[in-house]
Amino acid sequence: MKPVLAALALTASLALPGVATARPVTLTAALNNYGGDGAYLAIYVTDPKGAYAGTLWVSGGKSKYYRHLTDWHRATGGAPAEINGITGASVGAGRTLKITLDLADALIDAGYTLHVDAAVENMRDSPNEIAAPLTIDGAGKPVRGRRYVASLTYDM
Amino acid sequence: MIRALHRWPGLLALALVVILALSGAALSIFPPVERLASPQTEADLSVAELAARIQAAYPGLERIRRAPSGRIMAAWLDGGGPGAAVVDPATGRRVASADPDQAQRWLTNLHRSLFLGDAGRIAAAAGAAAMLALSLSGAVLVARRSGGWRRWFARLRGPLSGRLHVEIARAAVAGLALSSATALWMTASTFDLLPDGAASPAITAVPSGKTGFPIAAIDLLRRTPVTELRELSFPYPGDVSDVFTLKTDRGAGSIDQGTGAVLGWAGLTGWERVSETISMLHTGRGAAAFGLALGLMAMGVPAMGGTGVLVWLARKRSSPRIRGNQPAGRAETILLVGSEGGSTWGFAATLHRALTEAGQTVHAAPMAAFDPDRYARARRIIILAATYGNGDAPASAKGFLDRLAQLEAVPAAPLAVIGFGDRSFPAFCAFAKAVSAAAAAKGWRELVPFDAVDRQSPQDFARWGRALGQALGIDLALAHQPIPAAFQRLTLIGRRDYGADVQAPTAILRFSLPKVSLWRRLTGKGFGRFRAGDLLGVLPDGSGLPRFYSLASGRRDGFVEIVVKKHPGGLCSGQLMALEPGDPVSAFLRRNPRFHPAPDRAPLILIGAGTGIGPLAGFVRDNARRRPIHLFFGMRHPDSDFLYGEELAGWQAEGRVAQLVTAVSRGAKPHYVQDALRSEGAQVARLIRSGARVMVCGGRDMAVGVAEALADILAPWGVSAAALKAEGRYVEDVY
Repeated sequence: MKPVLAALALTASLALPGVATARPVTLTAALNNYGGDGAYLAIYVTDPKGAYAGTLWVSGGKSKYYRHLTDWHRATGGAPAEINGITGASVGAGRTLKITLDLADALIDAGYTLHVDAAVENMRDSPNEIAAPLTIDGAGKPVRGRRYVASLTYDM
Repeated sequence: MIRALHRWPGLLALALVVILALSGAALSIFPPVERLASPQTEADLSVAELAARIQAAYPGLERIRRAPSGRIMAAWLDGGGPGAAVVDPATGRRVASADPDQAQRWLTNLHRSLFLGDAGRIAAAAGAAAMLALSLSGAVLVARRSGGWRRWFARLRGPLSGRLHVEIARAAVAGLALSSATALWMTASTFDLLPDGAASPAITAVPSGKTGFPIAAIDLLRRTPVTELRELSFPYPGDVSDVFTLKTDRGAGSIDQGTGAVLGWAGLTGWERVSETISMLHTGRGAAAFGLALGLMAMGVPAMGGTGVLVWLARKRSSPRIRGNQPAGRAETILLVGSEGGSTWGFAATLHRALTEAGQTVHAAPMAAFDPDRYARARRIIILAATYGNGDAPASAKGFLDRLAQLEAVPAAPLAVIGFGDRSFPAFCAFAKAVSAAAAAKGWRELVPFDAVDRQSPQDFARWGRALGQALGIDLALAHQPIPAAFQRLTLIGRRDYGADVQAPTAILRFSLPKVSLWRRLTGKGFGRFRAGDLLGVLPDGSGLPRFYSLASGRRDGFVEIVVKKHPGGLCSGQLMALEPGDPVSAFLRRNPRFHPAPDRAPLILIGAGTGIGPLAGFVRDNARRRPIHLFFGMRHPDSDFLYGEELAGWQAEGRVAQLVTAVSRGAKPHYVQDALRSEGAQVARLIRSGARVMVCGGRDMAVGVAEALADILAPWGVSAAALKAEGRYVEDVY
């Protein structure tokens, strides 16, 4: 397993010991009132070369719809092993998703990018809804999404 | 058993099923509207050409989707902001917003999950399962009721609520079964219980790494007609590894953005095709007219729910609890009841009470529970049996004949059988007669001869009770009141007397309409709604048994009219004949829908003698639409008992009656109504063959004579009276 994936695995499974090189990060995603059903979201990280590095969170319970989270699904194949234990319910229009996780220090200020893919039933899929670099400076600054996400903030 | 399978899902899931049906019916409107509102594609437009048109209008084009309705939606990035719209395939330009319709979204969420997420989806699926159980059990019940699957659309009789229930059901049940079965499939698919997921379009070749191949030149897109398109996604600008993704009715594939070559293709799996077809059948997306038809059928569900509850309540009310029922092993008298609608249980309860009051120990049970080994102390066994459909066992007597046939020895206690039925049906008391015959064939000793009760007649039942009492050596007075009737006081406002000269004193009695509460008027109960041919139950002083008279007027006439003949020694007719204007009687109304003229324009042949003219005159008086009525009327002498003679002359002049044929039985050459029928035989046969309906009212002997005459008249044409009866074109009201 590559070191980066190992680090992400740590962020994903909080029960694992040895998180000394990680810090708690709170992700807050506020959704627009886009006038549709609950949104499916995939929050994941790509490396400096743009290659998929790992998944932080998936909102939406039915795996058969994951293919609408186009980019994330293409990178992962929607494999259950990738997201075991880091899924939740879909997020309704106008609602806010807030998750806290431990993110490896190696990912911050190292050219990694935080991505959000979004999809809503009967509405347009929105891969790459958000792409924000993971930096200390960027922490606490809201990023606008393209269609469904009004703002995404990560606080460390 | 089937009835229970129908009743409980119906009652328990009623509200849920009604919500699902109404929301489904409302949703069925959207696909046809969308189809009509969407600009349609010209016949041989290719996806390549369409994509080029839209890209010309919106250079940042990201995706094109085509709905089964033909609506084409495009999404693009425009100066960093996303845009989306419904586009016209002819111009590639925006014609409408791409946002989903809020009403449709709300209805969809109500319909599939009651706004309760997965729990709601499971509840809705349970509703669909209940609907499926109701449809299948209901279909079996309809077939049983109408006498077989081939007679699915046979004419119905009986109370309005039950008739409406079945009328709607037989038109809608196929659609409801389909909608509910497809709903279950779709729920299973949503919960990933079916292997119908889409195969991802595997990229088998490596992308070239080039970009900029003109979309109009891509071979696969040029060969794909827009009518097959589902979705075309464009590669992200600047991402050389990205590809075009095409989804069509045949499958999905990837196309290189630099060369236009197909990099991979995956066809639809069999499961996917099945699931798509099922989804189309359920939603009407891609089959709009079909969906609309299903929606119309779903509209029947609330009405069926309402009438179903009414049927259930009526059934429940009419099956009384038997008080003081003794255990089978201790009872001297065993009552076995074969009841379909519950009314026979009412008679059983009356008999049970009378026998118990006479000091006997009585056990009542359904015929289906027949078990002679348990009747240790039985001195007699009494069977009260209705008949279902064309001579079948009623619900509570299922399996009785088989069990009887398997008995090695019949019980020593003697048997009495009484049948309940309607004499105007061809299979009158057929099941009870079959029971009686089977018992006789087995050598079962008879307590009293077989007897029958016609149309819940309390008089018939009382007569049989006297015979039974004689056989038992007790005085058995069976005063049975089928339904607790709502008696009201009617006041005589006029009478016309006939027949005194021919020793048949007869009178047309006219009563004022009683006051009717608003509720009764709304629900059409009691005197709130009645027509000629319905029955007036009159309670004479000094008797608990009402006597029934056919009504010669309807509510619209504004009065209650009957024709009464004085019977020698008759209690009720004697009291009625003695009434003077202003005198009151106690009476209630019983609907008799079987003896109403069918609501069509077919000619009517009305045949009656004596007081039987009453309802027939009422039909003529009500004939404002001037349907052809041919009235055959038998009397004793035109100078003495020509009932309604004056009115009939006027009605004939107005065209309310097309032809009046009278037969006079007193005179040099007695002429009865059946003779009149025979002398007009050719015309009668012609009328009946062209669809005329026959309605007969009068005494039993007259009815038999008329039936024989009709049989002779129709025999050359190969038409049988039984067939006419089965079709509901030959009805009798006989006393």
